Amino acid sequence: MLARSAENLFWVARYIERADFSARMIDAALRLATLPKAYGGDGNEWVSPLAAVGNLDLFRKVHDKQDQNTVFNFLAFDRENPSSIRNCIANARRAARAVRTALTLEMWESINAAWLELSRIESERDPKNPMSREEVDRFLDFVKAISRDFDGAAYRTMLRDDAYWFNRIGLYAERADNTARILDVKYHLLLPQSEEIGGTLDYFQWTAILRSVSALTAYHWVYRESVKPWLVMDLLVQRSEMPRSLVSCYENIARYLDLIGQHYGQQGPSQRLARSVHATLVNSSREEIFQRGLHEFVTDFISSNNRLSGMLAEQYFPS
Amino acid sequence: MTFFDEMTGADGVLRAPYRIIHDWLETSPPELLEARRAQAEHMFRRIGITFAVYGEKEAAERLIPFDLIPRILSQSEWTRLEAGLKQRVTALNMFIADVYGAQSVIRAGVVPADIILRNACYRPEMAGFRAPHDIWVHIAGIDIVRVDDKDFYVLEDNARTPSGVSYMLENREVMMRLMPDLFMRNRVAPVENYTNDLLSCLKSVAPVSAPGDRTAVLLTPGQYNSAYYEHSFLADRLGVELVEGGDLFVRDDIVYMRTTRGPQRVDVIYRRIDDEFLDPLVFRPDSALGVPGLMNAYLNGNVTLANAVGTGIADDKAIYTYMPEIIRFFTGEEPILKNVPTWRCRDADSLKYVFEHLSELVVKEVNGSGGYGMLVGPHATAQQIAEFALKIKADPANYIAQPTLQLSTCPTFCDAGTGPRHVDLRPFVLSGANGMRVAPGGLTRVAMKEGSLVVNSSQGGGTKDTWVIEDLHHDPL
Repeated sequence: MLARSAENLFWVARYIERADFSARMIDAALRLATLPKAYGGDGNEWVSPLAAVGNLDLFRKVHDKQDQNTVFNFLAFDRENPSSIRNCIANARRAARAVRTALTLEMWESINAAWLELSRIESERDPKNPMSREEVDRFLDFVKAISRDFDGAAYRTMLRDDAYWFNRIGLYAERADNTARILDVKYHLLLPQSEEIGGTLDYFQWTAILRSVSALTAYHWVYRESVKPWLVMDLLVQRSEMPRSLVSCYENIARYLDLIGQHYGQQGPSQRLARSVHATLVNSSREEIFQRGLHEFVTDFISSNNRLSGMLAEQYFPS
Repeated sequence: MTFFDEMTGADGVLRAPYRIIHDWLETSPPELLEARRAQAEHMFRRIGITFAVYGEKEAAERLIPFDLIPRILSQSEWTRLEAGLKQRVTALNMFIADVYGAQSVIRAGVVPADIILRNACYRPEMAGFRAPHDIWVHIAGIDIVRVDDKDFYVLEDNARTPSGVSYMLENREVMMRLMPDLFMRNRVAPVENYTNDLLSCLKSVAPVSAPGDRTAVLLTPGQYNSAYYEHSFLADRLGVELVEGGDLFVRDDIVYMRTTRGPQRVDVIYRRIDDEFLDPLVFRPDSALGVPGLMNAYLNGNVTLANAVGTGIADDKAIYTYMPEIIRFFTGEEPILKNVPTWRCRDADSLKYVFEHLSELVVKEVNGSGGYGMLVGPHATAQQIAEFALKIKADPANYIAQPTLQLSTCPTFCDAGTGPRHVDLRPFVLSGANGMRVAPGGLTRVAMKEGSLVVNSSQGGGTKDTWVIEDLHHDPL
């Protein structure tokens, strides 16, 4: 297939996944922001989502106050913020238009309908007038539905060939990055000793993390225990049954890359890297991770994941 | 003023092909039509059939208005029209081959040399080149109008990169989904095999040296081009890659595309970018849309470009005026389709006449297209006419003038109900090594504004589904 098509298929899925992640981060922050200070509501709820989507510096350059409405507008609608939800959807549509022929009609329609609805919301919105909580909720639900609709369309309608595989790799590479970023921002809450320091006070922070990856219910099913920070870490890093865990993402990436390798009759550096990242995730014990430092572990992961994208581009998307 | 109406003629008597539609219009409440119209718009928007208009920033992607009421031709009308189209395109192909070959048409004094050789679309690089299988205009769009039920007139020939065929195909799809009942009562010739015919046409003209399994691609300027939707639509239906210049490269005069499995040879390029942008080494050096080295690969016979380079001379409106002679010269036949009588401003007598009658005439630039750069005398203000006169005076050879044709009208659904609106017709003619094919019907364009004669989509024109139906059809159910 055309190299540029493969690249766009990869990016369409990444942008949609990123929009979904931003919506979930906003959701979690909104919930924290309703808590009294004694329960962990420290007035800094809006720093984490900014840090997790990697835009804290940009935000601080442009804005001096971090109130809910300013951060929300920045994350949701700001055209100057490259990963605002609005820009993610616009970019997804641009990439989708460029590979219109490689998408199924259902996939295209889901992105195009999302773009049309977003344009409508944008045109009716008055940036000076904060959206009501109800409108915000409706907006976030709309964004989360886009990824379900798009993924569902891809899953149900795409041929299982290289187009599908590149698209799925984009989704999992972005999802792995997102999960790692939450861990990176919140790692201090997940260290073993924080049980004594934080106690129940951090409960709401931990559940906020779980909520941002829609894993609170999953946590209880997997562990049947009260929320413990090291188990939150375990769930998000090493549990393969958890679809947003790093290990699950890499299982998928390695599998789809193998399929591509088999299909083309040639393995390359990205296959090898994906397998080695997966092996590291599987083979590190929880103790080793904490000993080495969760922060370092996560930072290493993020940079390997970035390296994989670069390698994919070199191996499959030459220009 | 009364015009010839496709449904009711000039005298208000219902024409046979429209019996069922007329009955349907009479019995359908306006609310139903309105609801269907809204549904159609919704469908077009969802599928993403949009059209970008140059110079309109906020309306970067706009829908072309679609009218529900079909334009209908009887099979016998179509048979005559089709024969005329094939004759005309045959002559166009022979003419262009001759212009870049023996130039007998010039030596015989049929067309003056300077009109051809000084034409902005004449490509000296092509002189002496023989197009693969001697086909130059693989895809032609011939704009047809009528003023009565007797004759079809050619308004202009589009031999470069005619667009609009996706609307012909999508209009039919939408109509069949919205109004299946109408298709039960009329036997309408299908158009959906157009893309199949186009693919076999493209593959048939691959270079003789091409490997057995021929690869065709569609070359687009990219998604900001006004016709991008059409490019992606066609690539999809053809099952070929939609490539941009950057996806292709040339090595040892062979064209390759960059794929995830490495370079893959390309044999036929259905290009939807103009000559000037094809190859920065030969044409505009600032073009980022093209492929460096493409012309060398082409001139060495290693890739086929459809349409061929240099076919733009046939779009020229000064050359148009010679088409009847060109058809006679190359085919030895009388032209089946008429030319609109045209004054060439390059001739002093004609120029004098044009200046005296500006308020009655339509004046066009010889290289203009899309309804830009033209004067519609009867609809222009005195000041507009005065300004345009200055432009003509400065460069008379750049203009031709035609009488304001009383273009036929067709019932069209508009805000105030159903009313007559002026229409034209663009049929698409395919020429391959495997023969010629014309999709029955074509694209009907309609001026949505009452009284307006400008049907171009860039000027607010809309489209209609176009039906060719059997002469004898069943009585309405």
